[in-house]
Amino acid sequence: MGYVAVSGGEDAIRRSRELVDYFRLRGESSPIEVKQIREQQRLAVDKVMGEGALYAPDIAALALKQAEGDSVEASFIVRAYRATQPRRYISKPVDTTDMQVIRRISGAFQDIPGGQILGPTRDYTLRLIDFSLLEETGASVQTFLSKLGIDPSGVGDSAPFAKVVDLLRAEGLLEEVESNEGAPSDITRENLPFPLPRSAKLQTLARGETGAMMALAYSSIRGYGDIHPYLGELRIGTVPLYLPHPDGVQTVYAGRVLVTEAEIIAQYAEGEKGCTPKLTLGYGFCFGHNELKALSMGILDRCMRSRAPVKAPAEDEEFVLTHIDGVEASGFVAHWKLPHYVTFQSTLDRLRKSQRMGE
Amino acid sequence: MRAVLDLEAFVKKPGYHFAFLDENTKREIRRKILKAVAIPGYQVPFASPELPIARGWGTGGLQVTMSIIGPADVLKVIDQGCDGGVNAVNIRDFLQTTTGVQTTINTAEATIVQTRHRIPEQPMRRDQILVFQVPIPEPLRFVEPSMAKTREMHAEMDYSRMWVFLYENIVKWGEITIGARYPSMVNRRYLIDPSPIPRWDVPKLNQSDTLHLFGAGREKRIYAVPPYTLVEPLEFDDHRFRVEDFTDCRCIRCGSSSTYMNEILQAGSGAKMYVCSDSSHCDQLKAARRRNEDG
Repeated sequence: MGYVAVSGGEDAIRRSRELVDYFRLRGESSPIEVKQIREQQRLAVDKVMGEGALYAPDIAALALKQAEGDSVEASFIVRAYRATQPRRYISKPVDTTDMQVIRRISGAFQDIPGGQILGPTRDYTLRLIDFSLLEETGASVQTFLSKLGIDPSGVGDSAPFAKVVDLLRAEGLLEEVESNEGAPSDITRENLPFPLPRSAKLQTLARGETGAMMALAYSSIRGYGDIHPYLGELRIGTVPLYLPHPDGVQTVYAGRVLVTEAEIIAQYAEGEKGCTPKLTLGYGFCFGHNELKALSMGILDRCMRSRAPVKAPAEDEEFVLTHIDGVEASGFVAHWKLPHYVTFQSTLDRLRKSQRMGE
Repeated sequence: MRAVLDLEAFVKKPGYHFAFLDENTKREIRRKILKAVAIPGYQVPFASPELPIARGWGTGGLQVTMSIIGPADVLKVIDQGCDGGVNAVNIRDFLQTTTGVQTTINTAEATIVQTRHRIPEQPMRRDQILVFQVPIPEPLRFVEPSMAKTREMHAEMDYSRMWVFLYENIVKWGEITIGARYPSMVNRRYLIDPSPIPRWDVPKLNQSDTLHLFGAGREKRIYAVPPYTLVEPLEFDDHRFRVEDFTDCRCIRCGSSSTYMNEILQAGSGAKMYVCSDSSHCDQLKAARRRNEDG
């Protein structure tokens, strides 16, 4: 008889867990070290830290190993771990002019004070399969590194850079955004109604899924919406993080985190009566080196502040913010794998009834 | 002096808190549950932290259960009415390892029943709690996708668009096409989505002896139907609410003709057969029938 769902579930689940490891290991190659993933799958680790909303490179790398490289699954594992951690402090706001940059470019200005710094980018490489990587060995890596002559400590080689958008601001060309003073909301502790305060919006974007954000940002710049963005500045590097000292006066240095920041300049704010037209800013910021995400976030931040009477999908705050979370979206899309016998039976009942009515 | 219960002693998995969640998170959820009970049918927002189980796979129901469960509770978990469904097994295992509570498949023995898509056939008592896993807590989602707008509609008790939706259904299809998650009015004030239970189960919510708690994890909402509360599925004077029709259907296991049944197709012949969706109740009916036959 076909009715087997009543029992056997426990054994099937246990065996299925074993099979997950079997499929990961059956090739019998030497196990990947977490350190290798952290260093050589750097961008995957950064994506998982951003979407998992936890700055912890080793844990993100471990999650990638566990998830066989699936970044959505790895981010989910990190997020679930994060939810068990206590929140002890709220850091002081980060000042990105203090960033020790590894890369810094502007698409809006040819020459920026401090200069454009290309840094590590694939933007100007040909996307050809590099067959020489098949031959990579420990010795070839050592030869490459010693020839390059880079000081691996990376300390002391970049002076603070002024922000490109500050030049526009000084000239009065940039519309000021609402003040963000006061305690920020915490979307992990409180579920707020729409429209969200700006801090909650930015938090939701900062842990959104890169692909989902890219698709929505793309829809806007392609034509569903009227945002015409320029890249004011994209900078990647480490910033110092400070915590408030319990004495309320001093601060405590907590370490440095690698971040990506994008400042998107969009054309005139839609004219409100009596206002001079100004440029407006969209802000993108995320953990690690993830340029597509920071750019998409900057575009979406700007889109969602559109005052257009008819909103395109990317301009609808609730639409954007409720659909970009990778953990929520993947879970619900995947839940259709669960049995729906009861509800489907109910649907069949309605359908048959309707068909009989039509006869 | 107050006796302090050492909850950690009941956890089988070292390194995890009793019922997984930390006490602050549980306290927040219990406060939200109390509010939900005080305002029957009102959707109370809550923070809903991530769990090691995927969103949409029962995280709302889990958080409610984790917040109310104690070491003396007896737990039953069902999916589609069945205790052996893989997701029910997984959830029960997670709750059992982090609490050490006794579990059961017998509805009458349980103090807490966590369910997906069904209310047990056996009527529940006042000393039991039924916890629902809810995918979409918003009944108005059928007619309005924006939460900002549905919030206003609930505040103003403006359900006109839902009534028009049902009316147009009848005009277009001759029947209301909503199968499960049938919109129902609670305490003559709030419209709820009773979770995707079949219409068969909706009348059981009305003036029930049991507390019903609904948890939607991904959507971050908790709501409740307290005991002895009026629950009325939306219906018109000339078009009454109707449950699923199982006329001439008999369960091939227990022979019941008065329970909610799933259709199964026999391998090979493709013949259509029926079997109870509530597996534990079906087992009991089957055992009773055997006793009668033997006796």
